[in-house]
Amino acid sequence: MGNKRNLWAKIWPPAVTLAALLALWQAAVTWGGIDPWLLPAPVSIVQEAIAVWPRLMDHTGATVRLMLIGFAGGSAAGFGLAALLHLIPWLRNVAYPLLVLSQNVPIVAIAPILTMLLGWGLLPKAILVGMVCFFPITIAMLSGLENPDPQLRDYFRMIGTGKWQLFWRLELPHAIVHLFSGLKIAASYSVLSAVVAEWLGTNKGLGAFMLISSKGFQPDRVYAAVIIIVTLSLLLFGLVALAERLLIRWRPGSGELTK
Amino acid sequence: MHTGTADDRMALKAERIRKRFGNGDAAKEVLGGLSVSVGKGEFVSIVGPSGSGKTTLFKIIGGLEPPTEGEVWIGGKKTTGERGHISYVPQQSALLPWRTVAGNIELSLTISGLDRRTAKRETKEWLARIGLGEYADAYPHVLSGGMTQRVSFLRALLAPQPLMLLDEPFGALDALTRLQMQQWLTSIWEESRRSVLLVTHSIEEALYLSDRVIVLSASPAAVLEEFAVPFPRPRREALWTEPAFNAMKQRIYELLRQP
Ligand SMILES: Nc1ncnc2c1ncn2[C@@H]1O[C@H](COP(=O)(O)OP(=O)(O)O)[C@@H](O)[C@H]1O
Ligand SMILES: [Mg+2]
Repeated sequence: MGNKRNLWAKIWPPAVTLAALLALWQAAVTWGGIDPWLLPAPVSIVQEAIAVWPRLMDHTGATVRLMLIGFAGGSAAGFGLAALLHLIPWLRNVAYPLLVLSQNVPIVAIAPILTMLLGWGLLPKAILVGMVCFFPITIAMLSGLENPDPQLRDYFRMIGTGKWQLFWRLELPHAIVHLFSGLKIAASYSVLSAVVAEWLGTNKGLGAFMLISSKGFQPDRVYAAVIIIVTLSLLLFGLVALAERLLIRWRPGSGELTK
Repeated sequence: MHTGTADDRMALKAERIRKRFGNGDAAKEVLGGLSVSVGKGEFVSIVGPSGSGKTTLFKIIGGLEPPTEGEVWIGGKKTTGERGHISYVPQQSALLPWRTVAGNIELSLTISGLDRRTAKRETKEWLARIGLGEYADAYPHVLSGGMTQRVSFLRALLAPQPLMLLDEPFGALDALTRLQMQQWLTSIWEESRRSVLLVTHSIEEALYLSDRVIVLSASPAAVLEEFAVPFPRPRREALWTEPAFNAMKQRIYELLRQP
């Protein structure tokens, strides 16, 4: 009960603000003389979206697929790399600076190289999305693995815990909390980078749909795609947050029974 | 090789332990070649000023830090630099926050060499016995400071290693809880008669709990004097009102006060 009321108290101010902004936007286009070629009204965006709904959903499906493959692949790679770098310290010293350096190479610059090497299929795009996703996960995981409470570490080493047990029982569980902050960042990046990857060469997906629509002077379609992209981004983020809540129940205030 | 220091009746012999941190001009000698022993079934306390190197001595006995000089013998075997020969109650309780109370105890016991079934059975039985049965499935953050230390102590008591190291286990508790914990600890110890080495900065605590008290100087730490504590067991709660008790307390206090 109290929880529900709390939720409402959190939701209604942004909801009202959003509704007001939409109304203002609609009014500005309808009566304010804004050129609908520049900024279509919300109502016409919705109308257009409904009109091309099946095609829109096709493209959405392609983007979702790309985003999920890239997100899952990138996360798995980031997770594995972090564990590897953690367990082999000299490798970490060699690879960590390179890793940071790699983040200064813009995604748009890598795309043509990937296309050159791997063609126009799904693979190069998924790799691109994966590359964007794995970095925040590796960094978050590594910092989680490195810094569990030194008291805990000393205790477990003192009673004779081996390197592997220490990893499984202490470092990895501790890193899971950090992992989720990395996953949330990666979730937002994955949608964005999937769309950018689609700009760079394909005729499927929301990115491609946006390009085609803007070339064909159909701004309401472009906006419809943007709305779907934002929704996808929120949805993936929400899923990660939900998984976090389900997995990390031991934290103070997470509502487990205390008897 | 027989060096004459191996003595099967001794639970612990730490011989001429010297420890320097750093080297060259920055070198700092923390332990100045001190020897400490604990007989089988004996309760020995170390009192010394804070910063005198008591935790460092424990880390050396537990194999976490190599001594600069000296040897550690546990149960008649030379164990210098080896881990897993002791059970340990650290200054902070060091319970894993993501494991339940029972789960924490069971994990430590299996690491210490008990099989899983025995660990489970013992944990359940003993939690009930010390009045924490209903917290078996709770997470550590719901426990009070005193309960946490009881769990931490139980975890060490149930481990098969014959030597227990207790590093200021009651240091963070309020005076009243501390008193209750001391009484609780003596009653449990008098039943089990494990070999215990306790570090404390409370002279009264050392006298109340121990068979022998070792007084350390400020750093570099050396043994100032050892006292056999003559009071019969089971120790009475009102021990601290006895003149003999207070006379010993006064002597140790004078020793520690010397520059
Ligand atoms: N790893 C270390 N490197 C350098 N100095 C240390 C290290 N560990 C402990 N010391 C020093 O050793 C001294 C004794 O510390 P400690 O054993 O924790 O004392 P106590 O437990 O008696 O309070 C302190 O002055 C501390 O700064
Ligand atoms: Mg200490």
